[in-house]
Amino acid sequence: MISHLTRTERNVAMTLAALLALLGLTMAAVGNHDPMAVHGFMALGLGLVLVFAVGGVLEEPLPNPARLLQYYDDPIKVGIVLAMIWGVFAMAIGLWVAALMVWPDATFGQAWSSYGRLRPVHTTGVIFAFGGNALIATSFHVMQRTCRARLADQLSPWLVLIGYNLFCLWAVSGYFMGITQSKEYAEPEWYADIWLVIVWVTYLVLYLRTLKRRAEPHIYVANWYYLAFIVVVAMLHIVNAAALPVSWTGAKSYPAFSGVQDAMVQWWYGHNAVAFFMTSGFLGMLYYYLPVRAQRPIFSYRLSILSFWGITFFYLWVGSHHLHYTALPHWVQTLGMTFSVMLLVPSWASAGNALLTLNGAWHRVRDDATLRFMFVAAVFYGLSTFEGSFLAIRPVNALSHYTDWTVGHVHSGALGWLAMVTFGAFYSVIPQIWGRPAMYSPKLVEWHFWLALAGLLTYVFALWNAGITQGLMWRTYNDAGTLNYSFIDSMEAMRPYYITRVVGGSLFLAGICVGAVNIWLTVRGARNAAADRPLSPQPAE
Amino acid sequence: MSVEERDPVSGYLTTGHVWNGITELNSPVPRIVFAFMVVTHLYALVAWFLLPAWPLGQTFTKGLLGIDQKTAVAADIAAANADRADWMDALATHDFETIRADPDLMARALATAEPLFGQNCQVCHGANGIGGPGYPRLNDNIWVWGGTADEIATTLRVGINADHPDTHFAQMPAFGRDGLLTGTEISVLTDYVQTLGAGVMADDPSDGALLFQTNCAGCHGEDARGISGSGAPNLTDGDWLYGGDATNLRHGLVVGRQGQMPSWQSRLTEAEIRAMALYVEDLSGTAP
Repeated sequence: MISHLTRTERNVAMTLAALLALLGLTMAAVGNHDPMAVHGFMALGLGLVLVFAVGGVLEEPLPNPARLLQYYDDPIKVGIVLAMIWGVFAMAIGLWVAALMVWPDATFGQAWSSYGRLRPVHTTGVIFAFGGNALIATSFHVMQRTCRARLADQLSPWLVLIGYNLFCLWAVSGYFMGITQSKEYAEPEWYADIWLVIVWVTYLVLYLRTLKRRAEPHIYVANWYYLAFIVVVAMLHIVNAAALPVSWTGAKSYPAFSGVQDAMVQWWYGHNAVAFFMTSGFLGMLYYYLPVRAQRPIFSYRLSILSFWGITFFYLWVGSHHLHYTALPHWVQTLGMTFSVMLLVPSWASAGNALLTLNGAWHRVRDDATLRFMFVAAVFYGLSTFEGSFLAIRPVNALSHYTDWTVGHVHSGALGWLAMVTFGAFYSVIPQIWGRPAMYSPKLVEWHFWLALAGLLTYVFALWNAGITQGLMWRTYNDAGTLNYSFIDSMEAMRPYYITRVVGGSLFLAGICVGAVNIWLTVRGARNAAADRPLSPQPAE
Repeated sequence: MSVEERDPVSGYLTTGHVWNGITELNSPVPRIVFAFMVVTHLYALVAWFLLPAWPLGQTFTKGLLGIDQKTAVAADIAAANADRADWMDALATHDFETIRADPDLMARALATAEPLFGQNCQVCHGANGIGGPGYPRLNDNIWVWGGTADEIATTLRVGINADHPDTHFAQMPAFGRDGLLTGTEISVLTDYVQTLGAGVMADDPSDGALLFQTNCAGCHGEDARGISGSGAPNLTDGDWLYGGDATNLRHGLVVGRQGQMPSWQSRLTEAEIRAMALYVEDLSGTAP
């Protein structure tokens, strides 16, 4: 893989790897007695490995210029493998966290395994490490194919991929050591945040440069979505992560905002992480792999435009619906609520556009588990966006807020939409870029599908019940005019649902493990490359 | 570049763009999308007119309904309190004898206290007051600071070793850590205290009895039955707050015991504290 780099790219790679090692060494040295030093050693180790890897090929013959007539798929392959590794790890941690709700003592008395540390490992692991690698890998695939252009260079995709995974590793290992900014979905500390900005800007520049090289006159919808994902996530991250480190030699920092302003910025970020990370990016995925797999034209170009701009405009307003009935002024809550309701139209327009695209291909949905993954994803996208708008209405939120309904809602999105569309995309792209006719075992894909669906339904039904029960218990008054149940009463009532959740989570985890095995068996020993070419003449029409 | 083609399934033309085989139909946006858009946008518009909604520099549009969550919640709380005012006032002011004599008021007191107990007390004292290591059982007749409703209410108000100025104060010294007794003496005492179930023998000449009378009897009493109101428990009743085995007794003698209970005055109202006192008295089965 590295020998495909040109001489200049090898030299730059060598310099960057050395700089990374130097950065790691500095952090390790100044971060004496601070967990930041551990992160320094990680960066140092990674930098040294890269120095030796690149150094080993520095003097090798230059790569064959014929490669420029092919797509550059190596980073996609690595991204997919990393996504699957992170996915299995983070979902296993999720199962552990779910089990802690039933058997709270299952931390074995260790600080690192306490609930407060494991939970962000699970959320960051699934959303950012699994989802992020899946988005980066598929975006490289989709942009090359829909632009009919090779990636703009061979080095920056690696910088994005390796840099992003170092960020994820810092984040997750930091939680185990107790490093956190205590902002949900934005827990990593200042140095990891700065590092992510560098990685993300590189990603944006790479995307724009490749788009600029496109051989197609128009930019395909999937690219609009991927681009919205990259641009808005950069904006959200930079604003929300603004913080003042206590010192340059330690991990601790304090956010730039405080009080209700901090809460508002946090949920403006938090909800738009859901919007632009977990929605826009994965819609980009859906808009490419669904029509390819269904072999159908997109139902409506105009609907695509309407829903893209609707989603992009309305989502940015709705973060305040996470703060109903709090110190946040009432008028901000009203705006969040009303924009959430208006947002439902473009959301359902997207889901409808995907489902109507399947018209004329329903026999494929029946026969092809890969397409069925994406069909279920579109259905759950529609369900969870409806649920989201519904829960954003203040009186509804009064019942649902702080209950497991919210957790059920997030998982109907994360399992039903994000993970399902990713699996559909992976099963489409893997045989193609590894030059195989199909996945190793279509039967295992079926198994994965049914395990995932059974796990998903078990999980979300358990938590819908749990959440509504909790919400109702918390607002039941007795004849004396006092709340009838204590919190612990509602916890005891949750036990059967929490056990059911563990069952659902186990099924879903079993599914991704089956998927990982199948993917491994498919790519093991594959020597072929993708057969398609960017510059091959288009068939005459 | 391809040209527009007619899709045989839907009958629509494609837009003529092709990306790696993907085409798009040039079909119109379904009418229902616009209908849906009108409905949701009307909802938003109406909400903006009725509720506080848009910022205007230093202020914001107040909405025709004049609703604000802060005044709304204050009004809700006032209304709920007004509903309960008559009997909550009675609970706060009448003496316990009068309350017990009023079955209706007593029922309301117990119904009010039960969820409050679950919310505030159960985390230490356990469900139904079954207690646990370090936290006394409440559903029995053994009381260190008194078990009548009046005494329980006082304990709730001032706490034990709490930050209230009149708090119940009691500390057992760390005899071992602070060098008041030697390791051998602590072993002897540990053995002796385990025999106290049979009571204190008069003129017991053993080392344990001598050590006990010199060091412990000041608080726990010469008969080891504790002194009510001092915080020193009865050691002869077989009820052990921290466990009556040698390990726990020795540990107590070495590091001392300084149990704590918060003062609840800042969290519960007087009526709630008195309801809770009646409830706990009821739990212990000592209600006269």
